[in-house]
Amino acid sequence: MALIFHRGIIANSQFFSRSSGVLFRRLRASRSCTSARGEGTANTLKEELIQVAPKRALEPNTHGFEAIIGIETHVQLFTLTKAFCSCPYVYGSRPNTTICPVCMGHPGTLPVLNSKVVEFAVKLGLALNCGLSMTSKFDRKHYFYPDLPKGYQISQFDIPIATKGFIDVDLPVEFGGGHRRFGITRVHMEEDAGKLLHSETGSYSQVDLNRAGVPLLEIVSEPDMRSGIEAAEYAAEIQRLVRFLGISNGNMQEGSLRCDVNVSVRPIGQSKFGTKVEIKNMNSFSAMNRAIDYEISRQVLLHSQGQSDQIFQETRLWEEGAQKTFTMRKKEGLADYRYFPEPDLPEVVLTKEFVDKLCQGLPELPEAKRRRYEKMGLTMQDVLFLANDNHVAEFFDASLENGADPKLAANWIMGDISAFLKNERLSITEIKLTPFELSELIASIKNGTISGKIGKEILFELLAKGGTVQSLIEEKDLVQASLIFPVRKASEFIIIVDPAAIEALVDKVLAANPKQLEQYRAGKTRLQGFFAGQVMKESKGKANPLVLNQILGVKLKGES
Amino acid sequence: MPPPPVRSPSRLLLCHCRLPFHISPQTRLPLSHNSSVRRRFHCSAVSAVSALSSDPQIAPTDLTTTPPSSHILSIRESLLSRRRTAADVAGEYLDRLRRTEPHIRSFLHVSETTMREAEEVDRLVASGKDLGPLAGVLVGVKDNICTAGMPSTGGSRILEGYRPPFDATAVRKLKEAGAIVIGKTNMDEFGMGSTTEGSGFQVTANPWDISRVPGGSSGGSAAAVSAKQCVVSLGSDTGGSVRQPASFCGVVGLKPTYGRVSRFGLMAYASSLDVIGCFGASVIDSAIVLNVVSGHDRFDSTSSTHEVPDYASFLMSTDHFESTPLKGLKVGMIRETIGDGVDVGVISSIKAAALHLEELGATITEVSLPSFSLGLPAYYVLASSEASSNLSRYDGVRYGNRATVDELNSLYGDSRADGLGPEVKMRILMGTYALSAGYYDAYYKRAQQVRTLIRKSFKDALEKMDILVSPAVPSPAYKIGEKVNDPLAMYAGDIMTVNVNLAGLPALVVPCGFVEGGSAGLPVGLQMIGSSFSEEKLLRIGHIFEQTLPNYRFVPPLFLELV
Repeated sequence: MALIFHRGIIANSQFFSRSSGVLFRRLRASRSCTSARGEGTANTLKEELIQVAPKRALEPNTHGFEAIIGIETHVQLFTLTKAFCSCPYVYGSRPNTTICPVCMGHPGTLPVLNSKVVEFAVKLGLALNCGLSMTSKFDRKHYFYPDLPKGYQISQFDIPIATKGFIDVDLPVEFGGGHRRFGITRVHMEEDAGKLLHSETGSYSQVDLNRAGVPLLEIVSEPDMRSGIEAAEYAAEIQRLVRFLGISNGNMQEGSLRCDVNVSVRPIGQSKFGTKVEIKNMNSFSAMNRAIDYEISRQVLLHSQGQSDQIFQETRLWEEGAQKTFTMRKKEGLADYRYFPEPDLPEVVLTKEFVDKLCQGLPELPEAKRRRYEKMGLTMQDVLFLANDNHVAEFFDASLENGADPKLAANWIMGDISAFLKNERLSITEIKLTPFELSELIASIKNGTISGKIGKEILFELLAKGGTVQSLIEEKDLVQASLIFPVRKASEFIIIVDPAAIEALVDKVLAANPKQLEQYRAGKTRLQGFFAGQVMKESKGKANPLVLNQILGVKLKGES
Repeated sequence: MPPPPVRSPSRLLLCHCRLPFHISPQTRLPLSHNSSVRRRFHCSAVSAVSALSSDPQIAPTDLTTTPPSSHILSIRESLLSRRRTAADVAGEYLDRLRRTEPHIRSFLHVSETTMREAEEVDRLVASGKDLGPLAGVLVGVKDNICTAGMPSTGGSRILEGYRPPFDATAVRKLKEAGAIVIGKTNMDEFGMGSTTEGSGFQVTANPWDISRVPGGSSGGSAAAVSAKQCVVSLGSDTGGSVRQPASFCGVVGLKPTYGRVSRFGLMAYASSLDVIGCFGASVIDSAIVLNVVSGHDRFDSTSSTHEVPDYASFLMSTDHFESTPLKGLKVGMIRETIGDGVDVGVISSIKAAALHLEELGATITEVSLPSFSLGLPAYYVLASSEASSNLSRYDGVRYGNRATVDELNSLYGDSRADGLGPEVKMRILMGTYALSAGYYDAYYKRAQQVRTLIRKSFKDALEKMDILVSPAVPSPAYKIGEKVNDPLAMYAGDIMTVNVNLAGLPALVVPCGFVEGGSAGLPVGLQMIGSSFSEEKLLRIGHIFEQTLPNYRFVPPLFLELV
């Protein structure tokens, strides 16, 4: 997690700007993080195992108090080039390889706005039901930090491109479900800063400006959330939205989607807000959920003990290892960013035609999809699953267009197809099975041409090799006629689904690969595929991949 | 010693006979569209003006007074006719530069490749290929304009040794037109100052009197053209930094409309006011340079897409005009610029210049710009505010001088404390203050409101008048050190010019007379202000004014002495 931890801090580096000994304070922070990681493999793991209880129990005991939560989300746009120069941005590039005099802030250079940024901002503004500012402008936000080349960030201050919108969210069924509408205060365009790479020894830091100038949209919510799960679902819905709109990959691990959460607690009935605490460094929605609920509990406890004066306006970091928030920095008065209008850029003027065209081109958004699926009679569980990923939703919709039964199509997609995707680490767009063949398969089972069992067999062939249902049925007929393979074929479908058995296999593999486990926990999450492969090998290919991955995921994170 | 000033009015009259134009026929011919009938000025009318134009006591020094001809066109002509090679021309300028530079110190860096580049031009001439409009022309470039591979410091120690990885768009265009960058000229640090005394490296002297300042901030560029160390030069004008030194050094200085010339590669001082301008020994030379550097640039969003007319070709045919070529031209003399606080010699030169315009057919009316006096404080608030932001990037992290310390705040503090000069620090402090929470409305916002008023008052005045005229500076060049400890007096010197930047308008300064001082008098420049993108008109008027002005000889004594 160390790398991600760094990113979390650096992204918000402006908050360090006014304090003294800035660099070294940060160095300390990163060291403490490193040591936490070191313990993580042994001792901390056990503590975590003890701490983590069933999800419901995690919800803070807030009787008599209510939490007020507002979120600032930064979404990195995947435009071809940066916001104000023609440099590309590719996550993970070698440091300082995608930079130019403009994004390095050389003397004499000037920003030139990438029009895609405006287009994406308008799309998101529309999707968030915002009012658009037909004329907005850029401003300069000043602070000194080595990752900020110009000494100011080009942002929008008093006239953001979009304001006063809302977003609709369906809470997950396992958290009790329910529909919520959260207000959006504003959406504005700005540029990202670079990042600092701290040396192992902590004696120096290096500046990587690859990310400097990458376009961001900052989305500020109204303080409408009341619990960790609401906040996490708000963020998840933002992620779905930007992915559906095709404006960002919304990847939290890469920092393409970053959330800063403000939490305060007040006695129910009181109109005045409690002291606001900002939480940073949450790398997943589940971490957001846990971090916020932890913070609420902490504040409620202080309130109920009459120590509400011990709640300070400060920034706290979520530490995954400890499952706690820690003080990062107390606020030293209000920062003065000395905003003023950016004189190097003309105003951003939107025309009605431009907005109308983008409006017409908007895809069906997650909320509309969910309502449509719900009307088809699908369960909320199915609805949430299918509408979660735009590619899955597209696949589902395409198979419906070919006449597939919604419930059956949903079952196939959520069951065997999804398991296959997880196991092979593929996205639904990468498989050989087409929505048409899925609908054919469903039809063939429904009309009795083949049994469900044969259907499953055919499905795996289709997923792995492609082809058509028709030709595979013919092929199977031939094979069955020869009576050579049926036994072996059948044995291939003896699948281990017993979680205890699979858990044993997972434990065995984890124990046999301590080095990879450590790397995984250090942030190399791609290793999950390696572990899955090993377990599958151990089970001689018989482990149910869905169950396997579920158990493996939990075990890898050391959650239980 | 320069020859003693000519004192006899009767001898002065002799020179009036030499007024016709001196553009060589070869260059004029292809551009002449009108009839070839040459019309001369009515001599009596001109001589009447000359009696008023300046005090004969301090009149120019040489009897062979001629209107200035275009150095650019004469270089081109001699290259095309093979009378001279570009290497000859470069050799001549470099030789003069070497001899004058110890006195004037206008260059921070002199290119080592000038001769090589001149030889390249000669090969091009030999090959018979088309020559760019500035082939073989030696250009001085103000040090805050980026030149690839050549130091560009903006006159600041914090950028000592910094070599930009790219050419400013204006420089790129000059090079594409065949120009040779002879070196980087001295300036007040980042353009903040009016004397070059604010340079982090050296003080430039005025070629008219080396005990005096050349003006600033583009003092090096003005002095270099005045002393013929280069043919033309680029400067930048944020609050008068081209026009004031042009007036002090007796050269033509052009501040184009905001956005006419790309700012890409110009180290930003106050982004909403900065303009790249140019200096030349004649209006034609300035026009040819403007032709080359103007136009929209995709690297500068504030550069204008307004069409670029051929500023120079228009001037070629001016020898065909009638005896009153400015007939019908409405000229407004800005009342606020010829009153209290303005040197009497300057006022009389400007009034004489106005009379000359009248002789040419223009009608002169006094106009008042009520918001004029508000321009100075508004300018200093806005320019300082933008400067405090623009100069944030000089932090020692990525380029330039970095203090050797082991803690981040000291890295910033010490690098900037060591690298930036006192005037720059003062303006950063003022600007930071003006933008601070709680003060923003009282300073920055209010100054912007004043700016709107000033824009409007200029617009109104320029609806009634074709151009406005005023002195470029309230005084002639003053002594080095005279105002160093009185920044307010120095700022007050910008009163004539800052309003024009606030309004974003073009202005041309043409030498128009002399006041007493130095061994040969000190030049005074007339500022002509036009509406946005009216450079063509300004250059035409300036050209006629310059070509018809009696006793037009703005050659500094230092040059006569050394050459």
